[in-house]
Amino acid sequence: MDLTNIYASLPADLVATFSMVLVALVALALVVWDAFRNNAPGIPWAGVVALGVAIVWELFALGDAPGTAWYGMVRTGGFAAFVNIVVLIGALLSIILSVPYLREIRHAHGEVYAIILFATVGMMLLGTANNLVAVFVGLETMSISLYILTGLVREDEGATESALKYFLLGAFSTGFFLYGIALLYGATGTMDLARMSEGLAAGENLVMFWAGVGLLLVGFLFKVSAAPFHMWTPDVYQGAPTTLTAYMSTATKAATFASLILVLYAALPPERWTMVLAVIAVLTMVVGNVLAIAQQNVKRMLAYSSIAHAGYVLVGLAAGTPAGYAGALFYLLVYSIMNIGAFGVMALLEWDGKEGQTQTLNSLAGIGPRKPLLGATMVVFMFALVGFPPLGGFWGKVAVFAPAVEAGLTWLVIVGVLASAVSAYYYLRVLYVFWMRSPEDEPEAAAVQDRVFAVPVTSAAVLIVCVVLLLYFGVRPGGILETTASFFAGPGASMALLP
Amino acid sequence: MEITLNWYLSLSAVLFVIGVLGVLMRRNAIVILMSVELMLNAVNLTLVALSQAMGDVAGQILVFFVMAVAAAEAAIGLAIIIALFRKKVTVDVNEFHLFKY
Repeated sequence: MDLTNIYASLPADLVATFSMVLVALVALALVVWDAFRNNAPGIPWAGVVALGVAIVWELFALGDAPGTAWYGMVRTGGFAAFVNIVVLIGALLSIILSVPYLREIRHAHGEVYAIILFATVGMMLLGTANNLVAVFVGLETMSISLYILTGLVREDEGATESALKYFLLGAFSTGFFLYGIALLYGATGTMDLARMSEGLAAGENLVMFWAGVGLLLVGFLFKVSAAPFHMWTPDVYQGAPTTLTAYMSTATKAATFASLILVLYAALPPERWTMVLAVIAVLTMVVGNVLAIAQQNVKRMLAYSSIAHAGYVLVGLAAGTPAGYAGALFYLLVYSIMNIGAFGVMALLEWDGKEGQTQTLNSLAGIGPRKPLLGATMVVFMFALVGFPPLGGFWGKVAVFAPAVEAGLTWLVIVGVLASAVSAYYYLRVLYVFWMRSPEDEPEAAAVQDRVFAVPVTSAAVLIVCVVLLLYFGVRPGGILETTASFFAGPGASMALLP
Repeated sequence: MEITLNWYLSLSAVLFVIGVLGVLMRRNAIVILMSVELMLNAVNLTLVALSQAMGDVAGQILVFFVMAVAAAEAAIGLAIIIALFRKKVTVDVNEFHLFKY
């Protein structure tokens, strides 16, 4: 192998993946900064600035033609830019929400923000990876950072327990994921996603190939918490610090689904597992929505709801058409915004000093009139999660359900619509308790609501930004949907993603 | 008798299954962690064998990343187990049941 010109493409690669490099370098700098000035108040804001710069950079890359950088390891261009924007926005909003929240629960360590940035780098690598080696490294960078964030409050038994569950099950699923990679590599002779199908055609290892795809899917479905691999989700989301749950439940899903879309779209032969994905989507939607009804704890309810939303995204993937993948990407963006908003409100309504693990929905009876901003924004987030028309959630559901109907999966869409009708019950119950009940109705509510802390200006700003974005997605979804569709369209439609 | 690729693949499959059974059947958190490491190392064996058989270096490069990841996972996992041991004075996963349904 000739190594003389190995650095020739370095400047171009650095520009193409500038946002990822920037976030990684800033994360390293924050670790050093925290070592010299312990818990310096500027640390989270330096992270916010880095993420903001990265978002602006990626916005300019949205229209770029697809390509690769770092010798085919990482994908660049529109698709990568869109995934990066979703992940970066999730990280940015979560960090701003986390600053006052972590101070309130007395865990405002500087390292937290560095670890969030490391997880973000992992997600960006995962969502844009063009090679199974990069997929694995991105996935693990993300996961290991998230195990730490889950167990952040290590004095608390619940938080540590959820970290252990997340870690053990996550490491277990990594084993399957990795075995899948190894078998795919053996069957096709390459780690490069774009060259997999031709590698398969050259070899005759069909059994090995499909076994590898199956194991890889198990790993992916675990990370996006699809049934029957969803068991860890409620426990982990309930035990983790609330603003970090917001981060975990949104950016992680966006990056993992993006990687799954790339694998389904670029690496697998045309028969695309529609039936398997459809069955998993039905299971996920039913399990998530039905179990969410019974929850008394809002964080746990939102955890089951996030399982249900993974099911809706899987409907788009099951369609297996470019429109389905484009709709899934749009859904991930909308879902990230509304879920960060909902978890952000719950973080600001916490009174139990145990990351909201023990507080019931009824203890927040009548909180709406007392905290009008939180109550009013929660109305928007809940209606968006149900999928009511003037908000982004509605167009998100249209974007994943319509392609599935076109692909002949009408039964799947009927199940999905029925499932979201069920979801209206538990989302709107939150609003009922917030606005229609009064603290006097609930013996426990009157005593505890004074312990809810004041709403900081920065958190209020984040919630309002989320509301504005959801209204924008609801009123003008066209531009973004066209953008996501353009990643999968154009001349030679199925190859548009490939360089 | 010549040792062919299939021997390596079979050995690693057996090791992987032993690891999976260990995770599913043992209740000690540290033993579960060891079983997960066994799974990862079984995959490493597959990757190295395939890489050698195909004359392609990508598989062996992934093995280096897997070893680094396994080390990081062991560090994080043991830290979490120690934090929980301080609270509960046990590492039996059946004792950790704060959350239900």
